[in-house]
Amino acid sequence: MNDQPFFRIDWVIDNLDEIGGRVGEHLVMTGIAIGVGLVISFGLALLIRRVRPLYGPTIAITGALYSIPSLALFALLIPITGLSLLTAEIALVSYTLLILVRNIVAALDGVPAEVLDAADGMGFGSVERLWRVELPIALPVIVAGVRIATVTTIGLVTVTSLIGLGGLGYLIVNTGINRFFATSIYTGVALSVALAVLADVGLESLQRRLTPWARARSG
Amino acid sequence: MTPQARPGGAVVTFEHVTKRYGPPGVPPAVDDLSLAIPAGEICVLVGPSGCGKTTTMRMINRLAEPTAGRITIDGQDVRDLSAVELRRGIGYVIQQVGLFPHLTVGENVAIVPRLLRWPEPRIRERVEELLELVGLEPGAYRARYPASLSGGERQRVGVARALAADPPVMLMDEPFGAVDPILRDRLQNELLRLQAKVGKTIVFVTHDVDEAIKMADRVAILRRGGVLAQFDTPEAILSAPASEFVEHFVGADRGLKRLSLAKVRDLQLIQPLIVRVGEPRVEVRRRMEVDGTGYALLVDAADRPLGWVDSAELAADGTLTEEEATPGAPPLQPETTLRDALSTLLGSSVQLGVVTDERDRVLGLLSVDAISEVLRPDATAPRS
Repeated sequence: MNDQPFFRIDWVIDNLDEIGGRVGEHLVMTGIAIGVGLVISFGLALLIRRVRPLYGPTIAITGALYSIPSLALFALLIPITGLSLLTAEIALVSYTLLILVRNIVAALDGVPAEVLDAADGMGFGSVERLWRVELPIALPVIVAGVRIATVTTIGLVTVTSLIGLGGLGYLIVNTGINRFFATSIYTGVALSVALAVLADVGLESLQRRLTPWARARSG
Repeated sequence: MTPQARPGGAVVTFEHVTKRYGPPGVPPAVDDLSLAIPAGEICVLVGPSGCGKTTTMRMINRLAEPTAGRITIDGQDVRDLSAVELRRGIGYVIQQVGLFPHLTVGENVAIVPRLLRWPEPRIRERVEELLELVGLEPGAYRARYPASLSGGERQRVGVARALAADPPVMLMDEPFGAVDPILRDRLQNELLRLQAKVGKTIVFVTHDVDEAIKMADRVAILRRGGVLAQFDTPEAILSAPASEFVEHFVGADRGLKRLSLAKVRDLQLIQPLIVRVGEPRVEVRRRMEVDGTGYALLVDAADRPLGWVDSAELAADGTLTEEEATPGAPPLQPETTLRDALSTLLGSSVQLGVVTDERDRVLGLLSVDAISEVLRPDATAPRS
């Protein structure tokens, strides 16, 4: 490692295709995890709203999932689902649940009671009320949760390099650490940090654009 | 005044309605209530907390379901329709207004017409019309979000929203409970003016007896446990309380409360000398000499009152400016009750109030003396 220059830009140029592919893989794995995590969390949040006593146990279970080290989770899953994308996604999705469920429940709970009373009094059905009143008002808080979950997941994807996937994690672990090749490590780290920052900024601006009303203080 | 059915409303009846939260044996929230609210009238439900007044109101649009008995609107049982359909046909206004923060003022007003799938052009037209009706200029307010409105503006939008689909019945749950007394008086007056145009059947809940007396064509006084103590016109309730409870609830100052039955517009107003900004001082002085009272009311170009001008302090020449007015004439409206007018006047430095119309133009002056005339024991409170 000592005789290498600090950063070999020629390697980056030669391997642009590989790097681009890893960025793509990273994004797809993050996207799937957040997408599936959102669907499951929504289901759970809606269930919790109907059956409130489920909230405690749900948070306890998703919290326990969150606390399992990823390595241990892979060890548990590999005998069942193998070294597959499914294994990786099961792990990634389960880490999003705690953040997303808690946020969606809090977001829906945050819709003012008088708004719900007015909606009922004006003749919204329960499905209409959810889609046209509760979700739009809850959206800023939900998107805030998605932001945290996304940034966390982008970091976690690198860990799936342990089972041969990993997106940018592959550059860090497999071509980097394992082969004592610093340039690959730097590239992987820099790009995954950049993705996290871009995702955060992008979601923040989405959140603002979706909620012009939240900024409409005295005009 | 004899309450008369007006075309905009519907008759609402309660037939032996009981509402119990919890198992039989628990004291009911509303107990065997029977009432008939004539079409086009404001019926105020009033009583101490725990008297079931809000529950009574909420049973009309089935936000609460009666345990026993029947409620009808124009003869039709409210349970004949689905709750959702029923509610779309009944206006609903609550104390915290409950405007949807993610929708503009225009979209908020359009909610029920959209639920009813009116064509868009008709909705747009209706929104304009309603904003005008509640005194909010459509161009300035349509696109604003509720977060940028004042309390009074929000409450007006709430009323416009409730009127959107032209429902025959409006339910109002302490609509002015969260605003300051001056604004409350204004909003009450606006609602009375509006009601004179639309003639809805309004079921209005309040815990404030003065508000009940001012707003109601008929008052239903409920006592704890949802028992109807008296259902009658405000005059009858003040002059002939049906029980000790009613007498106590209405208060010891029934005489004074009778002032709430009369409005400023029922009295002869004093016509002051009115001078306008920009008028030459020489001319003003001459007119004040002819008038002889020694003061004049200064108004701006739109006839809005600015304050008093004293002949002793009037400069010799030039024209009148806005700064010359000494403010301190408490504003009154024709719909203000004499009771509120009296308390306003007693609390101000000048015991002479300026009565203005809805565009703030001067109609005349009202003095404390004129009100105390009404208070004399042999005088009967005039009623509009």
